[in-house]
Amino acid sequence: MDRFLSRLYLALVGIFLAAPIVVVAGVSFNEKQNLAFPPQGFSFHWFAEIFVNPEWFRALVASVLLAITSAALAVAIALPLAWFLWRRVAPWAQVFQLLGVAPFTLPPVITALGFLTFWATSGFYGQVWTAVIAHAIFFVTLPLVTLTLGFSSIDRSLTEAAATMGADDRTVFRTVVLPLILPYVVSGYAFAFVLSLNEYIVAYMTIGFVRETLPIKVFNALRYGYTPTMAAVSVLFVAVTAAVFGLIARFGDLPKLMGAMSSKD
Amino acid sequence: MRREPARGFAQHMPVIFPGLMLTVFFIVPFGTMVVVSFFRRQQGGFYVPDFVLANYARFLTPFFGNVLAFSLYLAVAVAVVSLVVAVPFTYLIARSRRRTQVIWLVALLSILSLSEVIIGFAWSTLLSRTAGITNLLVRFGLMEAPKALVPGFGAVLTGMVYQAMPYAVLVLYPSMVRLDPTLTEAARTLGASPLKAFFTVVLPALRTTLIATLIMAFIFALGSYLLPQILGRPSHWTLSVLITDQALYQSNMPFAAAMAVFLVLVSLALVTLTMFVGKKLEA
Repeated sequence: MDRFLSRLYLALVGIFLAAPIVVVAGVSFNEKQNLAFPPQGFSFHWFAEIFVNPEWFRALVASVLLAITSAALAVAIALPLAWFLWRRVAPWAQVFQLLGVAPFTLPPVITALGFLTFWATSGFYGQVWTAVIAHAIFFVTLPLVTLTLGFSSIDRSLTEAAATMGADDRTVFRTVVLPLILPYVVSGYAFAFVLSLNEYIVAYMTIGFVRETLPIKVFNALRYGYTPTMAAVSVLFVAVTAAVFGLIARFGDLPKLMGAMSSKD
Repeated sequence: MRREPARGFAQHMPVIFPGLMLTVFFIVPFGTMVVVSFFRRQQGGFYVPDFVLANYARFLTPFFGNVLAFSLYLAVAVAVVSLVVAVPFTYLIARSRRRTQVIWLVALLSILSLSEVIIGFAWSTLLSRTAGITNLLVRFGLMEAPKALVPGFGAVLTGMVYQAMPYAVLVLYPSMVRLDPTLTEAARTLGASPLKAFFTVVLPALRTTLIATLIMAFIFALGSYLLPQILGRPSHWTLSVLITDQALYQSNMPFAAAMAVFLVLVSLALVTLTMFVGKKLEA
């Protein structure tokens, strides 16, 4: 009875979580231009449209470039900071840890407006790279959290042994710390990448009038007439994300990366 | 290699780049926003430096009060519902086999890649009269005729809970999965039912995490911008919608900044209050 109830509960939440994806997938394979659900006919036309239609393709490229660069910058900020906090006794540096977590814990519109006033005042408003910095700062929390978790899971006796054998800080980092922390770097990057790809308000407030990223394009499409292409884009993104995290799970210990104990414990 | 204080320039080097980036691109923009909130708006242009409180005085209108009250009410509702749904869900996942856990985790992480816009679109379809779930209910004979559930408060709430769910589960997961299973086993051995063990042992042990999740979902909801517009009526628009509207379409940056500063203060106050109450409960 208990087992049945818990299965039932999991199934109900599962349906709740899957329902929108089912709708979006249905619409994306629809043959007609209208947003009918259940779908009529079956076609890959709207998926092709993403790559053939120059407007959608430009938005896709803009979003992917933004996500690649801003996630890299976020990791570049988070990695030295997390390493320093783990390696050194430096209570004052906790301030930066707090600053790194703050943007993501404030309502997004605050960060967005902060950047809007900042870029407008400094005269850079509308430059494409301003969105890269804005996203990197906004999402730096994710690699910072995963890396802090990763460093805390490293057995200090390993680095101590390496140091006793005469390795300097740089060698220890390269040969011991980096291999152990790499899965957390990857998952932190993946988080920042995925969220940047789908972020709306910060991108809109910084470069919204100059460049259309995919979420901006989708929202505009929703407002000024529907097209199933927007559904196709989402299905594509969900599939890519599932593949990325599936691969991480295949070659790494996903529950551990998400904060569980190692499966061997 | 024991932790030592950093000495000299070379050992401080790693912290320079992150520190600089966070200071220049988080503290300074935030400061700029606070400063601009005291500026005077200039018709046609942006704003002129000044020190006026007029932007803050505009809060005293009933319209603004209503929007603020609704935003807070919505955020509390979203946070509570998300927590109530996510806690048993995460608990059951954390108790399942590792392979099952991996599948659920990948599914949740994939949902993170649905942008807010698409969530809004999907739920507006699901709750519509023509293609929505009420059609299913009619087919099963549970309802007379299909009806539109969107736009409405229920639709906004559903969409926002949906959006907050993966985050809530991912915040709850580490503590749930690290929870010592012998705790509940002990309770069961002493005669508690599974449900009683869950309420009297599991939940109290996770108090801090529960409060952290509640706060996260609350702040997340407080900043929602798209879903109230897609799934709600204008009466369901939140402070974030108002802020964006003023900043981008009315070109009144000082007023938008003042509202943003106010929103930060309100959320900080509520977070402090929640943590204070949490500490009280713990004592």
